[in-house]
Amino acid sequence: MLPKIIEHLAPAASVETTRRGFLMTAGAAAGALVVGFGSSPVRAAGAGAAAAAAPEPFDAYLKIADDGTVTVLSSQFDMGQGSYNGLATLVNEELGADWSKITVEGATGDLKLYGNLSWGGAVQGTGGSSSITTSFDRYRKAGAAARMLLTEAAAKEWNLPASEITAKDGVLRHASGPSAGFGEMAAKAAQLPVPKTIPLKGRDDWSLIGNADLRRYDSRAKTDGTHDFTIDVNLPGMLTAVMIHPPKFGAVVKSFDASKAKAMKGVVDVVETPRGIAVVGEHMWAALAGRDAVAVTWDETKAETRSSAQIMAGYHKAVEQAPQAVARTQGDAAKALAGAVKTVEATFDFPYLAHAAMEPLNAVARMNADGTLEIWGGLQLPGLYQGMVAKAAGIDPTKVVSHIMKTGGGFGRRGTPDGDVIVEAVMVAKAIGYKAPVKVQWTRENDMRGGRYRPAYVHKLTAGLDSDGNIVAWKHHIVGQSIVAGTPFQGLIQNGVDQTSVEGASNLPYAIPNMQVGLTTMKVGVPPLWWRAVGSTHTAYATEAFLDQVAAEAGKDPLALRLALLKDHPRHAAVLKLAAEKAGWDKKLPEGRFMGLAVHESFHSYVAHVAEISMKGGEVKVHRVVAAVDCGTVVNPDTVKAQIEGGTGFGLGAMLAEELTLGTGGVVDQGNYDTYTPLRISAMPKVEVHILPSTEPPTGVGEPGVPSIGPAVANAIRRATGKPITTLPLTRGMQS
Amino acid sequence: MPKLNINGVDHQVDGPADMPLLWAIRDLVGLTGTKFGCGQALCGACTVHLDGYPTRSCQTFIGDLEGVKITTIEGLDGKVAETVQQVWTDLDVPQCGYCQSGQVMAAVALLTETPKPSDEDIDAALDGNLCRCATYHRIRAGVHEAARRLEA
Repeated sequence: MLPKIIEHLAPAASVETTRRGFLMTAGAAAGALVVGFGSSPVRAAGAGAAAAAAPEPFDAYLKIADDGTVTVLSSQFDMGQGSYNGLATLVNEELGADWSKITVEGATGDLKLYGNLSWGGAVQGTGGSSSITTSFDRYRKAGAAARMLLTEAAAKEWNLPASEITAKDGVLRHASGPSAGFGEMAAKAAQLPVPKTIPLKGRDDWSLIGNADLRRYDSRAKTDGTHDFTIDVNLPGMLTAVMIHPPKFGAVVKSFDASKAKAMKGVVDVVETPRGIAVVGEHMWAALAGRDAVAVTWDETKAETRSSAQIMAGYHKAVEQAPQAVARTQGDAAKALAGAVKTVEATFDFPYLAHAAMEPLNAVARMNADGTLEIWGGLQLPGLYQGMVAKAAGIDPTKVVSHIMKTGGGFGRRGTPDGDVIVEAVMVAKAIGYKAPVKVQWTRENDMRGGRYRPAYVHKLTAGLDSDGNIVAWKHHIVGQSIVAGTPFQGLIQNGVDQTSVEGASNLPYAIPNMQVGLTTMKVGVPPLWWRAVGSTHTAYATEAFLDQVAAEAGKDPLALRLALLKDHPRHAAVLKLAAEKAGWDKKLPEGRFMGLAVHESFHSYVAHVAEISMKGGEVKVHRVVAAVDCGTVVNPDTVKAQIEGGTGFGLGAMLAEELTLGTGGVVDQGNYDTYTPLRISAMPKVEVHILPSTEPPTGVGEPGVPSIGPAVANAIRRATGKPITTLPLTRGMQS
Repeated sequence: MPKLNINGVDHQVDGPADMPLLWAIRDLVGLTGTKFGCGQALCGACTVHLDGYPTRSCQTFIGDLEGVKITTIEGLDGKVAETVQQVWTDLDVPQCGYCQSGQVMAAVALLTETPKPSDEDIDAALDGNLCRCATYHRIRAGVHEAARRLEA
């Protein structure tokens, strides 16, 4: 489905980039070997001559400095999921550098180099758990090309055949004695013609790909406070701004009084922007104190004023009607249901969810004397943001210089198609006349109430059973907002179906002869956004919890029933079997313990969860979780485990206690972690992750750990209590 | 002007008495390892040690810290701290890493007070430290492993 978005993205993404600006920086590191792929396979630039002669925009995937430091230039954004480490692994599998001398920086520019191939290459971006997939060949080739140039340089220097020179741990060596560090040969390598063909190692020769003992290059800096995030950007003369956003979605500033605030020590300015009032201070506390002294009146003419309860009531009404659009039809579900011996029906409610990443959103903007505008931030869609920032500033996009920062969690929130806080920082900088660099730092409350939530949904499912308890009909109607409507990604809407609303439901793998999956898209003024695992965050729950309920009605074991229905889907079946076996599904559990399971495919990876729980005083305790994952060829096994462990905790937290609600009048009820409550350590179960060995192409793991844990826990609860959980989160669902 | 003793160094800071220690550390002293997450002592990202005791710097005010020894992630040293940081690296505990300064500060304080913590001790001591990446499984394993190495 993703290639379809190209035509829609192309206009927004066709912005010429600042990559030349970057090149000057790279080229300035005298003696550096820089490797990239443009229209010719590889170019190398050292003294700059090769670059100057290059007919196409020059770009790079890595550079090697004369001290042997290797900097991988990542097209993919790292929010903590380990994509930087993954790309470094791919490069170094072929390069042979000293792992301790490898670092990674975010890069942006030429789409031929950085466009996400899983999205058809038309936009640079990170999402859909695609970083390893899009990078697998590119970054291995970059490492291989650099190694070939280095060995060729050494061969010339030593007058020995290149084929006899090895590259290992950052050292070039010939058996007869000569050796040199990568850094010593980098400048010479940069003068050489680029190899025309770049052979890659065979799978059997890999030493880093698939190596469970390889540690992340960036863990140390994340334990001693030296890993810098956007919040840590500190420029000479920089000011800090805090925002007063409208209290309701769609409201705008009518008037404001900042006279008191402006008189306060440390408050530099109070300005209006199209997104609200910015209080600009010498530092964060000055801005925060000033903010409390600003009075704003709002124009709510166009605001969304419905409460969550009112919105959900509308969804419940719609779910009983015929769907607006049909996402999947096979056989005749209506007829099969009419002829069924027994029907099972359930309606599920899913709330809005906040990403609530630990680093509240922020961005930094600085206009320079030469007319360039620099931005620092968590740039998940850097090419799109470049164009939007340029538009907000009223300058040419080529004047924008993007600094891609590491980010304190994302889960989708840094991938807003409208630029959000990035554009806001530019608006604030512009509103103060670009007199100083500005960091816009949201508070937790700004972040929680800033919209861009996982949309709320209502699902209705109906199944028909024959006299043997076989499922002969399956009808599924999903009601909710479209995430992509009105964004550059709206090509994902086909025949009235936003694929992100139905993914995981429209491709249900179970062999059921008559099936209909429908969608009704509602218009609500709450800005929606992708939230880690997107559609599968609700479709996996609805389908897997409902299937368990149907199995119970049919008197069938949930595992046996699934395996029978998965006869044409061996990868689903294999992870399910593996998880069940490792969890001891068929073994007798201690008194008071119950198990539930679920399986789901998202982003071409397959995950099954088995959860073991107990109930005490109406509350659930999840003791142990066993997960199995098939993500094809595994690059970093320990990262795969970490992502499934973390995804499990993330998904479990949402299922147990997360909900974002609009109260009377449309004001968000939650503001901080006391009312919006992600998982804490005391609720984290023991998690075991088992990886299915595979030689299939690599697929992602950033998101696929999330979808199946919720229904696995719900299915265990249903077996414990006899009651299905049809309203999330559980804190609400146990009451209803 | 309030005086703060941070990591063994005295700083005169130009801020009001009700300024949260977090913002003084970050914006006035320039140590950025201590993170802002919630501003309400709900997430633990801003955890520092006051005379060795783990404290949320976002709800501690600079006018109240006369004679108090403040330790941030940058000033952490000693065998327990080194062991925790090494274990965190060996087990690749962090994902995004944003909360980890606070997690490390809390873990060091726990192990200093309770050298052999149980799972329940760990949960109780670290429940105030949110990790949205949910690295909790490895944090728990990391504390146990650090305890084991410190005992050896």
